[in-house]
Amino acid sequence: MSEVKIDKLCKSYGPVEVLRDIDLTVEDGSFVVLVGPSGCGKSTLLRSIAGLEPVSSGSMTIGGKTVNDLPPAQREIAMVFQSYALYPHMDVYSNMAFGLKFARTPKAEIDARVNEAARILQLEPLLKRRPRELSGGQRQRVAIGRAIVRKPQVFLFDEPLSNLDAALRINTRVEIAKLHKMLKATIVYVTHDQVEAMTLADKIVVMNKGRIEQSGEPLDLYYKPANIFVAGFIGSPAMNFLGATVKKNGAVTLVDGQELKLKTPTAAKAGQNITIGFRPEHTTLHGNKDLKFKGTVDIIERLGEMGFAHLRLSSGQTIIAEVRGDPGMDIGAATNIGLAEEHLHLFDGNGNRF
Amino acid sequence: MRKPASTFVVHVILILYTILALFPIILVIMNSFKARKAIFGSPLALPTPSTFSLIGYDKVFGDNSIVSYYINSITVTGSTIFFTLLLGAMAAWALTEYKFRWNALLTLFLAIGIMVPIRLGSVAIIQLIVQMNLINTLTALILVYTAQNLPLSIFILSEFIAQIPKDLREAARCDGLSEYNIFFFIVLPLIRPAMATVAVFTMIPVWNDLWFPLLLAPTGGKQTITLGIQQFLGQYITDWNAVLAALSTAIIPVLILYIIFSRQLIRGLTSGAVK
Repeated sequence: MSEVKIDKLCKSYGPVEVLRDIDLTVEDGSFVVLVGPSGCGKSTLLRSIAGLEPVSSGSMTIGGKTVNDLPPAQREIAMVFQSYALYPHMDVYSNMAFGLKFARTPKAEIDARVNEAARILQLEPLLKRRPRELSGGQRQRVAIGRAIVRKPQVFLFDEPLSNLDAALRINTRVEIAKLHKMLKATIVYVTHDQVEAMTLADKIVVMNKGRIEQSGEPLDLYYKPANIFVAGFIGSPAMNFLGATVKKNGAVTLVDGQELKLKTPTAAKAGQNITIGFRPEHTTLHGNKDLKFKGTVDIIERLGEMGFAHLRLSSGQTIIAEVRGDPGMDIGAATNIGLAEEHLHLFDGNGNRF
Repeated sequence: MRKPASTFVVHVILILYTILALFPIILVIMNSFKARKAIFGSPLALPTPSTFSLIGYDKVFGDNSIVSYYINSITVTGSTIFFTLLLGAMAAWALTEYKFRWNALLTLFLAIGIMVPIRLGSVAIIQLIVQMNLINTLTALILVYTAQNLPLSIFILSEFIAQIPKDLREAARCDGLSEYNIFFFIVLPLIRPAMATVAVFTMIPVWNDLWFPLLLAPTGGKQTITLGIQQFLGQYITDWNAVLAALSTAIIPVLILYIIFSRQLIRGLTSGAVK
């Protein structure tokens, strides 16, 4: 068992709280991705798990063992750094064998483990090379290899793909997913790229300002975001949000006075300010659906198989609608956007989902 | 791309400077192979079969004490380089990597050591060495030289250590290395070029110094070669053959050390560590 359990973890630098009451369980063999905007504390949380950052309070266990006061080496973790952090003065083999040598692993065992990792990662022809003679993708694989040979309980990845170019990033993403299946490893992975998060994760943890906003399976977060922050963070382009006021008869009025008839949740009281949200991909052109929005076309981004129409409502707010193919709209043209009511998300005044 | 004309001018200036710098050294070496009369008769002439003589070298190597002065110089210089590099790198690592209470103050204290010439403290140093019963020992010289060279070497090595990516040290910590092992197996190999630089400019003033050998180890067979040569210089008679021969041979060990260290001055050793 190599479960990671974090309980009420807090960390502060002086008066600045970087992590607040973090409760998180990473089940044995699961792939957990921490996402959030920069400065949200996701890297700090990862480094705390690694033991590279001391924590202020709370407890952490890895595989049932409390690790709060243990140095990184005794936590049975392996970390893959964003910058790879390969030892420049050693060849690929020594880079991978280095940690094992200091753990007094027998020579034959080291050899076997390094060769096994090299085979998995297709590094065999590169074992005698120095890091500076490798390409970015190869360095990345060596960094992962260095983690694998240690046979850790938990793998920690700190934005491992952000230094790779776009094509290589997609490849490596798939490789990491395969690797996870093959090794059945427990992985905690930090990224700011939500595509990485959605495709790799068994569980996504969305963080903001040192707090966990929501954690759950990727599609749960997509379909049932717990609050406006998560709703806006997951999905690209981001969800559209419009302010509205609840009316007596169950309908809501938008800021510009347009009335929408919909089943308001029972918790919503008349006169209450709420936020309605919907994703660009759920809209249809020409408004033949339950709900309609009138606006003028500001700009159209054409991506080929689809496009994004930016519409300005009469209130001045902008919403984005996804359109299939070439919509044949002109800039400045008035148009209607339709939306099925089931795709509407409603949030209360505090930004929490009803 | 530079213009050929300006490249030419630069080279002419550099060649002239090289000739100027090498002239006294060549003169010393040339005259060390000549008989006494020829040294004074035609100091700028090359040795000819009629003026060629090895009498100076005979005297220098025939004198056992001169040989032991060489060994003294090599011991003092070698030990000073070793301790300066080891202690300097360790202190630089501690001052850069660890945040402790008196860190900034200690760095400042060491920086003062760069500014204040150690010779101002000569009297105090003599008293100290006498009290420690170290007068006329090589240990006295090694201690003083190491202390003299530490501040600047710490200063320079700190700069280089600060450039080692933080991720490397943390990767090593995750790999289970102790702080000592991180220092010896990660930090030291990566600052080798900087250490070679420090070694070169530690070595030359120490090898050439006359001041401290004269004060701290003037007798008892513990003289360094620069001091030892002085025995050939008299108030009334100076044995120029021996002086020139000793000076010529004194260049060799320091030249060998320089060649060793300059090979380490390879740039870009850290490239490829991080992107």
